[in-house]
Amino acid sequence: MTQNIIQYNTQGCAESDGIKKTIALAGNPNVGKSTIFNSLTGLNQHTGNWTGKTVSNAIGKYTYNNKIFEIVDLPGTYSLFAGSAEEEVARDYIQSGDPDAVVIVCDATCLERNLNLALQIINISSRVILCVNLMDEAEKKGIKIDCDELSLQLGCEVVSVIARSEKGLDTLKAKVEEVCGSPPQRFLKRLDFSGCTTEEERTVKYVSASEEIAQKCVSFNKAHYDKRDRILDRLFTSRLTGIPIMLLLLGGIFWLTIVGANYPSELLSRFFGFLQVHIDAFFEYINSPLWLSGILVDGVYKTVTWVVSVMLPPMAIFFPLFTLLEDFGYLPRVAFNLDKFFRKSGADGKAALTMCMGFGCNACGVIGCRIISSPRERIIAMLTNSFVPCNGRFPTLIAIITMFLIGGVGSSLGNSLLCAIVLLLVIVLGVFITLTASRFLSKTVLKGESTCFTLELPPYRVPQIGKVIIRSILDRTLFVLGRAVTVAVPAGAIIWIFANVSIGNNTLINTVADLLNPFASAIGLDGIILLAFILGFPANEIVFPIILMAYLSKGSLTEYESLSQLHNLLLANGWTVITAVCTMLFSLCHFPCSTTMISIYKETKSKKYTAIAFFLPLGIGILICFVTKNVLSLVL
Amino acid sequence: MNNETVYLWDLSVGEKAKVQNIETSDFIKRRMLDMGLIKGTYIEVLQKSPAGDPVAYFIRGAVIALRDEDTKKILVEKI
Repeated sequence: MTQNIIQYNTQGCAESDGIKKTIALAGNPNVGKSTIFNSLTGLNQHTGNWTGKTVSNAIGKYTYNNKIFEIVDLPGTYSLFAGSAEEEVARDYIQSGDPDAVVIVCDATCLERNLNLALQIINISSRVILCVNLMDEAEKKGIKIDCDELSLQLGCEVVSVIARSEKGLDTLKAKVEEVCGSPPQRFLKRLDFSGCTTEEERTVKYVSASEEIAQKCVSFNKAHYDKRDRILDRLFTSRLTGIPIMLLLLGGIFWLTIVGANYPSELLSRFFGFLQVHIDAFFEYINSPLWLSGILVDGVYKTVTWVVSVMLPPMAIFFPLFTLLEDFGYLPRVAFNLDKFFRKSGADGKAALTMCMGFGCNACGVIGCRIISSPRERIIAMLTNSFVPCNGRFPTLIAIITMFLIGGVGSSLGNSLLCAIVLLLVIVLGVFITLTASRFLSKTVLKGESTCFTLELPPYRVPQIGKVIIRSILDRTLFVLGRAVTVAVPAGAIIWIFANVSIGNNTLINTVADLLNPFASAIGLDGIILLAFILGFPANEIVFPIILMAYLSKGSLTEYESLSQLHNLLLANGWTVITAVCTMLFSLCHFPCSTTMISIYKETKSKKYTAIAFFLPLGIGILICFVTKNVLSLVL
Repeated sequence: MNNETVYLWDLSVGEKAKVQNIETSDFIKRRMLDMGLIKGTYIEVLQKSPAGDPVAYFIRGAVIALRDEDTKKILVEKI
């Protein structure tokens, strides 16, 4: 025995000289695991208050007492043995990844349920630290946790933390260092499975043991400690108010985005216009050839600045607002409200969550589909995710709605409200198409029964407004914008070449557009719009800039500073309300962008499903636009 | 004390019961067990969703939504 300890101690010493320790971070979904991960490592990985947000292993590092600790953030799961993909990842890592210690994060407000997973991990590990998070929330609810008793019961170190205000994290780091350098914990609570023949019997043992331990360590001082949550749930999910409030909240966010984005957008584009004068002067000064300044300024610069000035303001408003809802814990309620409707279409209620993620970015939505436990519904959700407009398409939709559908450009309250309502209708239409397409898929390609559904409705939490804003701007806004700009730079150059290189006496863009024109007019678009969607395959953000650039290259090259000038440009190129409506519909339903396509292929590993993901929305889009065009032509 | 045995689905909002048996397929049963739904577990009906299905239940300190098709297969003893 003594020998053993000495051996372990020397090993501990050897490793302190620069060799890093590996820590696995495990826990139920939605217990603040990612918050702890972020606070420890400083790596900005996004955290959200919805079940199963962390879908792949994030890895980060921190140093403590000159030692390097590498943390692997495992997917949040309820169990290690129930057979989902995330559980396998987590279990495999704990068993075969050979971490030096496992930190299990628990939610103090429902410790008993969390102990189930904790006990499962304890039974396959040798060094464990239990981290009881959300102690402040528990205190508010009158829940008291006896950490000493808990430590005694489980046979491992127990640290209580409040991750959001970083309380207890130093203690956690100290304990991690201590445990990593010590021999395996000898008194870990090992359950006796003798006589258990099935997984089921073992699970029952785990649950019973959790109950027993919770009874010894947790005391409830308030009879109705969750009264506030229940009142809020009644408001957000009841038959009478659930769906209206959901629409109001989403509509409100869109309205604030539209109203708020207008002015900064104009300011930015004016600023970039001002800058361009100087850039033009510079190119003239160095006597650069026309084609060079054409590609760089009229191509790259104009496209990029358009993308920035049109996309940045709405994103900087939409993402923080949406993240606030997420942090508050509202999104699982959306899944709860909509499950029945989704299931009728052969989908899963959690598809409502991935749909919400799709508002930000469809590629994120596709990856988010991992939270759906049954493979069939997961594929359906992935293939239909692009029917909700992502952030790259919102600005286009908003601009078209403002210019063509609500009677002119103005910034009055009535106009902006009307605009938000129309946008909401477009989104409701998107949801309707999602459901119809899901139903179609579940009746044809993906036949089968819908399977198990358990959805946790976590406690509501007061969102940390400051942190949310910083985090969502850094993580999401700049991330999406960065990607859009990366695509816009080469696209801008290519489009300029397209618009300025001529075959015979027609530019390349017009030649191709003329080819597309007969088909495009049949579905209410024109050749240039269709070409813009094709060229915009790398990113939907650049579809509208392409249209504009093509129109501008045809006629006189005027600067566009406001929406009304834009409106005139489009009118001059033959746009009508029908063109506007069809462009919006086609924007809602066409092939997903290349990033989304790659994500779908990576997630499904199937060429067939990737092809369906491409052709299904495209086919629906063509059909809808064709019908709409012909119906509207009769009416108008 | 002989309490009425019904399916979880039969209970209305506010009622409480104790789980007796889960009569579903193995896969679903495993998920239910991992949520802590073993024999003898106390369960309370909290809230119906706007469409009446799924329904939110209070199970071991957490709020879990389950679908009708599953709760029609969970036998409980009313209390």
